[in-house]
Amino acid sequence: MSRFLLNRLLGMVVVLFLVCLFTFVVFFVLSPDPAVQICGKNCTPEAIDQIRENLGLDQPFLTQFWTFISGLFVGRTYGTGPNAIDCAAPCLGYSFQTSQPVADMIMQRLPVSATIAIGAAVLWLLAGIAGGLISAVREGRFADRFITGLTLTGMSIPNYVLALALQFLLVVTLGWLPFPQAVPFGDDPVQWFMNFLMPWIVLAIGAAAVYTRLTRANVIESLQENYVRTARAKGLSPGLVWRRHALRPALTPIVTIFGMDFANLLGGALITETVFGLNGIGKLAADSITKNDQPVIMGVTLLAAFLVVVGAMVVDLLYTAIDPRVRVGSAK
Amino acid sequence: MSTTSDTGGPLLRVRGLTVGFPTAAGSVEVVKSLDFELARGGALGIVGESGSGKSMTSLAIMGLLPKGARRTGSIEFDGTELTALRERAMRAVRGDRIAMIFQDPLSSLNPYYTVGTQIAEAYRSHRKGVTRRQARAVAIEAMERVHIHDAARRVDHYPHQFSGGMRQRVMIAMMLSMEPELLIADEPTTALDVTVQAQILDLLAEIRADTGAGLILITHDLAVVSEVTDHIVVMREGELVEQGPVERIFTDPREAYTRMLLDAVPRIDDEIGLLKTTASAEEDR
Amino acid sequence: MSDGSEPLLRATHLVKEFAVGGGLLGRGRRFTAVDDVSLEVRTGETLALVGESGSGKSTTARLIARLLDVTAGDIEFAGRPVHALTGKALHAYRGEVQVVFQDPYSSLNPKHTVERIVTAPLVYQKRPIPGGARAFTGALMERVGLNPDHSARFPAQFSGGQAQRIGIARALAVSPKLIIADEAVSALDVSVQAQVINLLRRLQEEEGFSYLFIAHDLAVVRQIATRVAVMNGGRIVETGDRDQVFDSPRDEYTRKLLAAVPRIRPEWDAERRRNEQARKDREREEAGR
Repeated sequence: MSRFLLNRLLGMVVVLFLVCLFTFVVFFVLSPDPAVQICGKNCTPEAIDQIRENLGLDQPFLTQFWTFISGLFVGRTYGTGPNAIDCAAPCLGYSFQTSQPVADMIMQRLPVSATIAIGAAVLWLLAGIAGGLISAVREGRFADRFITGLTLTGMSIPNYVLALALQFLLVVTLGWLPFPQAVPFGDDPVQWFMNFLMPWIVLAIGAAAVYTRLTRANVIESLQENYVRTARAKGLSPGLVWRRHALRPALTPIVTIFGMDFANLLGGALITETVFGLNGIGKLAADSITKNDQPVIMGVTLLAAFLVVVGAMVVDLLYTAIDPRVRVGSAK
Repeated sequence: MSTTSDTGGPLLRVRGLTVGFPTAAGSVEVVKSLDFELARGGALGIVGESGSGKSMTSLAIMGLLPKGARRTGSIEFDGTELTALRERAMRAVRGDRIAMIFQDPLSSLNPYYTVGTQIAEAYRSHRKGVTRRQARAVAIEAMERVHIHDAARRVDHYPHQFSGGMRQRVMIAMMLSMEPELLIADEPTTALDVTVQAQILDLLAEIRADTGAGLILITHDLAVVSEVTDHIVVMREGELVEQGPVERIFTDPREAYTRMLLDAVPRIDDEIGLLKTTASAEEDR
Repeated sequence: MSDGSEPLLRATHLVKEFAVGGGLLGRGRRFTAVDDVSLEVRTGETLALVGESGSGKSTTARLIARLLDVTAGDIEFAGRPVHALTGKALHAYRGEVQVVFQDPYSSLNPKHTVERIVTAPLVYQKRPIPGGARAFTGALMERVGLNPDHSARFPAQFSGGQAQRIGIARALAVSPKLIIADEAVSALDVSVQAQVINLLRRLQEEEGFSYLFIAHDLAVVRQIATRVAVMNGGRIVETGDRDQVFDSPRDEYTRKLLAAVPRIRPEWDAERRRNEQARKDREREEAGR
């Protein structure tokens, strides 16, 4: 067990290191010289050199990369002498645009993205599992075909179309929801909830469709299992057969993709956040890409990679808890 | 022990049993008007090749036919007409008075629960008011009866922690815990190694001697039925070919199909049958 | 063992280990599936390799067919080392050693016609098809007891026994010297199984090739083997002529295995034959009247 964990941790570190390296190469080496960009209009070659030196851009690639990596763990210092700026670990550098520490910018926006992710996840899990169960129970009947049709629609509508259409329908035409305005939860919980409702729905619909199909397929498959036949042969009531012998095996695989989907969403919903003007990680990423704000892009990418890798690991651990075949080895 | 209304008749009497599946081109019958009886304490072997309908027959008795299947005819168990029972009443019979084990013990056990849980849940659902602790004790006792060593510890293990033969013992323990009057075993040893098969067959014989339960053994293996059962039903493509006491079937088969089957079974003692009798039937175009 | 002549196939001290578990850290445990196995197959004979699940019999067959590489040991075919063959020489070896598998359907491409399946080994070997594909397939189908008019059909249109005959025809297409039958009759119904066993025997009589016959069913082995090797736990525990192994086994495990096989009482068989004879006599008498 501890060996398994150690293996996973080591794999995680390797993956993150590779992501770092790749992102670093793409954004710092292959893109236009950031010093020129920062310097702005009234710029002298001396000023550019000064900026280069402060950012360490005059160093060879490996030194730059090493400084970046070590900055993540022990922090780093920009410039020398009285102008030196200390960047505490985990140091992701400073935004070229706002000069704010990237780590702070991300931390500020994380709660918004987390709120969006959690709300959407609750919605799509409830809708997906319920829809899948109904579909499986009524296999081949009207309800099943209706739900299957609905999921097809849900999967094929692009996010941004759905976002704009919902906004138009619910806010402009019907006036059921107020125009989204960022309000802290403590000030006006109702307004807060209304504000997040649309992004939740938009993000949940596509995933709910996928989860519905998955649940339906898994439940129908698990009902075919020999142990379900055994359970019926034992004379168990249909309720028990369903709960114990059909549902648990059917829902276990869903844990796997849920962990990954959720981690993905936590790293920012780029389009949805932009459409609804929510200041989450996704919006931050979108903004920094248009402005070529490399340290921010780098920070957001690393965060997303980190979340996905951690998500995968949590899924593995959960699986170990759920499935005894993984937990306890064969005694043979 | 459930009350038995001893009518003096056979334990099981099947009359005109037909199982059909409706298709676009009319009903496809996989069991056709089958008649047979199982005496109290008797052991009946139903033999046939694939597609003979032998497994469907056992599922029809249990009332566990797949969706869409249609069952007609009469299945009288200890004086009770099973086909007339509502699902709830049938459930009370199933597992409690008639128990069944299947071919592949690994896939027949739920991988997510310990074997103890799976034995105990059957017991608890049939015996109202039984506590968890009591059911667990029953599970351990049943496992001991099928000779699983260290049952008190093994009761908390999962199916994948057992070998193939031990899994089948767990399945047998599961049905044994209910003290059923009729055991139905559908190819119980087909997936097992030959040495393990011998042990499981011995175990079934021992249980029958102890409890006096009736046995229906469904198999493709004529050598197995010849050793285990006292009465044989030969089936082919859903139809009854012939039936009779085991010795009569093996020494004086009346139907050509039965004779062909007996000729085709490879004998371990000698090179008989095969070469001579079926050489002419080699072409199966 | 030695009758002077060189065996067709000689495997000596074969070992196959598989890695179990392991990851980025450490090497994990190793599991020895085949543990120092030596065997010989002579020209025209059938060596049966019998054992229970996990005995290593199928792994041994795969090593000999070069479907797996050995961890240690030597394999010689017609006096030439097999384990080092590559490229063209391996190609040629695959033409001389053919495998027939247990499940006929999963080992035949469902989207190919019988003709394409049967001629595939020749096409793969870049050898000419004698007499053209149609006639060649037809002749092979006839030899394995199939209707040659069905050469354009697909595997799913055949019964299990017929599909296994297609697998045998495919093996025969390249005129192999050794056919490895890996549980080739285990999945068949008993009446079909008897027919396929008879077919395998007849083909051997006609062609003179050898079989390495992998099976768990001892009664089947008794019908087809010349010699028998019994495997247990990755090792061969006993080798000998068929009747010697069956009638006076030397090894403890072989005895246990034989004792466990369910059997129809020989006296019942004898009585059945007497009854059959009596019935035939009676029928003849009635017909003669």
